[in-house]
Amino acid sequence: MERRHLPLSARVDGFGARSPSLSRRLAALIALAAVPVAVLAIFFVLPLVGMVGRGFRPEGHWDVGGVLDVLKRPRVHRVLWFTVWSSTVATAITLLLGLPAAYVLHRLALPLRRLVRAALLVPFVLPTVVVGVAFRQLLTGPLSWLPIDGTPIAIIAGLVFFNVAVVIRAVGAAWESLDARPAEAAAALGAGPWTVFRTVTLPALRPAIVGAASVVFLFCATSFGVVLTLGGLRYASVETEIYLLTTDLLDLQGAAALSLLQLAVVVALLAIGARLRPAREATVQRAPARPRRPRLSDAPQLAVTAVLLVFVAAPLAALLVGSLRVDGHWSLANYRALTSTGSQQALVEPATTALDLSLRIAVDATLLALLLGLLVALSVTRRTHSRAERRARGLLDAFFMLPLGVSAVTLGFGFLITLDRPPVDLRDSPWLVPIAQALVALPLIVRTLVPALGGIDDRQRQAAASLGAGPLRRMLVVDVPVLWRPLLASAGFAFAVSLGEFGATSFLARDENATLPVVIFRLIDHPGPMNYGMALAASCVLAATTAIVMLVVERLRVPSLGVL
Amino acid sequence: MRDVSVSYDGVPAVTGVDLDLPDGQVLAVLGPSGSGKSTLLRAIAGLEPAHGSIAWDGVSLEGVPTHKRGFALMFQDGQLFGHLTVAANVAYPLKLRRVAGAERRRRVEELLALVGLEGYGRRLPLTLSGGERQRVALARALAVEPKLLLLDEPLSALDTGLRERLAGDLRRILTAAGTTALLVTHDQEEAFAVADRLAVMRGGRLVQEGPVADVWRAPADPRTALFLGYARVLTGDAAAAVCTAAGLETSGPVTLAVRRSAFVLADDGPLSGVVVSARATPDQLRLVVDVDGVGEVDAVASTGAHPGPGEHVRLRAEQTRLSLLP
Repeated sequence: MERRHLPLSARVDGFGARSPSLSRRLAALIALAAVPVAVLAIFFVLPLVGMVGRGFRPEGHWDVGGVLDVLKRPRVHRVLWFTVWSSTVATAITLLLGLPAAYVLHRLALPLRRLVRAALLVPFVLPTVVVGVAFRQLLTGPLSWLPIDGTPIAIIAGLVFFNVAVVIRAVGAAWESLDARPAEAAAALGAGPWTVFRTVTLPALRPAIVGAASVVFLFCATSFGVVLTLGGLRYASVETEIYLLTTDLLDLQGAAALSLLQLAVVVALLAIGARLRPAREATVQRAPARPRRPRLSDAPQLAVTAVLLVFVAAPLAALLVGSLRVDGHWSLANYRALTSTGSQQALVEPATTALDLSLRIAVDATLLALLLGLLVALSVTRRTHSRAERRARGLLDAFFMLPLGVSAVTLGFGFLITLDRPPVDLRDSPWLVPIAQALVALPLIVRTLVPALGGIDDRQRQAAASLGAGPLRRMLVVDVPVLWRPLLASAGFAFAVSLGEFGATSFLARDENATLPVVIFRLIDHPGPMNYGMALAASCVLAATTAIVMLVVERLRVPSLGVL
Repeated sequence: MRDVSVSYDGVPAVTGVDLDLPDGQVLAVLGPSGSGKSTLLRAIAGLEPAHGSIAWDGVSLEGVPTHKRGFALMFQDGQLFGHLTVAANVAYPLKLRRVAGAERRRRVEELLALVGLEGYGRRLPLTLSGGERQRVALARALAVEPKLLLLDEPLSALDTGLRERLAGDLRRILTAAGTTALLVTHDQEEAFAVADRLAVMRGGRLVQEGPVADVWRAPADPRTALFLGYARVLTGDAAAAVCTAAGLETSGPVTLAVRRSAFVLADDGPLSGVVVSARATPDQLRLVVDVDGVGEVDAVASTGAHPGPGEHVRLRAEQTRLSLLP
């Protein structure tokens, strides 16, 4: 009895000693995470639930069968099938183009490599409307002999254009930090370059590739602006169908069913992505290879990269040329017209006012997203001591990724129908648009900050503490020097994303306070060469602004930027 | 190897190295860290662009890529492929050479037996200890049946006891397989235990090369002597006095490298001095003695003796523990 009694009491003592610190840790976690969780609950979960609730309870009573019946409609089947196959094809092509480019831009010492990398990120932050406009301009202008305008090929091309940066970023960053020695070991054992790639490099890159592919598929499947502008009503994806059902047909039941289906797929894809995200081991020593000069054997990859650059540059060039042509002459008239409200009163305020407003909103949204993102990143990267705590952090991390894939249309419409009455009445608040944009940018910020924070060896903080540094001082000495670059870079990224946000903003912005992407869409919607010319000019201004922001951001050299 | 040089961004890492390696022998390149020895190894493997000529059996290797050189390289930390099992790691080079399935399995088992790891085939590298991983890496490198096995500090990542045991094993395995090998290390013990020949590098240059015993007995210069484990280098009158005491014939001024065990406590010794400090080790007593006309030297005594600091003692000089430097 004595022998059994002793360890038991020791364990009780041990537990008693540990439990206050554990509860303090949990309290700290809750305090850190409380604000972002509350914001996400009010501005994301509530609208989503409101939107879906409308569908399930059309007349105040539950009608689950009606929602399920929606999934039996032949048109819904067509829409689902189109979404799946177009996204699959677009993802495959994005990978085929993106992988060689990732290699060329991250492993070869080429002049202007950073500039090209930054330029390739521009399509990703461009408003999808602008992407659509640029492709229309290209396909109806210089490439009008190709009969692909208004076909699925045009949609897929737009999706690839938009997403290729994701693959280049994610895989390129993994490739750049890859330990060169296993490949050297394989070469020394007699493996040729192709065999080394197949048996050593590819297995090491597989998590990054599958992760990028799942994110790209997600973006393709939930793409709104590209499909809307390039596909019209003939080709509908789940996302545009939700838009159509809510705004034109007022079929909230159908929209709710599709939203739920989309949410389920998004959660599944995000789970796959999270599982495959490469775990960074801060303490493992690596010997990354330095970029080397291109050889003759790199010709295929270089050729693919060149094709990709032409593919990305062509629509933008078409956009620029189109904006500078008026009645067959070179002119800046389209740009001068931006101070007007367009022909036939297309706009309430001039486009320049919209640009000014866009910049202000983007600044607000960036600050908001940055604050939330920093809190999230801090709360999910603190060192974990218990399994429950780790699980809580994992769930938090996944929770904040959700806005990435949830239909912006659902979110925007949900805002409209839930935030217009108490407890939260924001109908006329100038904060509505910045909040929505901050939510869209939040996952990007979190995914940039978390690897940087997680990469800090906790022993550095312990070393600082053992030398007598308090918590604040520790943060100043250890975390801040590592974090300021990713913070600045993700701020720029968030700024560019909010500047170009269209899906949610199109629901929330009113005529008198429209942002530039919304103005561009209105200008396209109103016929007339002057309006179209103005849309092209405004798109160029927007593209140039985001490009400049991304170039500055790229100079900060943050590897995790744009890796989702 | 003739006049081989390698530089990184214009900074020379290896300069003008000439080196020959006879068939079937193990050459150790010994040098402190940063001496360029690993760079030299990587140049031989074809992983670094080098100037000068590297030839095998009289055929230049210029322009021959790493995987066609028929050499095998074993890294400091093994570099096993983490996603493959031990057996698949060892089979990797055999698969590349299209060895048929049954023959491959037989060879893998044979190689694992050679390195003393029978039955480890299904394990993943992550579950192995450091020493086991290095053995697998060695088996994988030997599977190539390389014309030349290149070993980059193969034992440095291991702890002392394991290192000594594995050094012996390595020597046995290499001689049993009759492999020509080039070993790079900063640890002289490792070099002595494994190699037939020794090349000493410093500051990117080759300082001395020859059979292990020769190099060890006659270092080329004072710094090499100190690096090879000689305790002190004496010059002038001190060196002459020690030579006389040891019965070495000399003419003119000499430079003398002395090992720690060159001076032994002996009541009838020709040298006399005062003990400065004494420290007991399990095998012997280590002294520092201020010898008249020589200065402070290291000396040893059997554990039975107990001279303390300040005591007068007499010392004998062991001829075999001294080396006259040119």
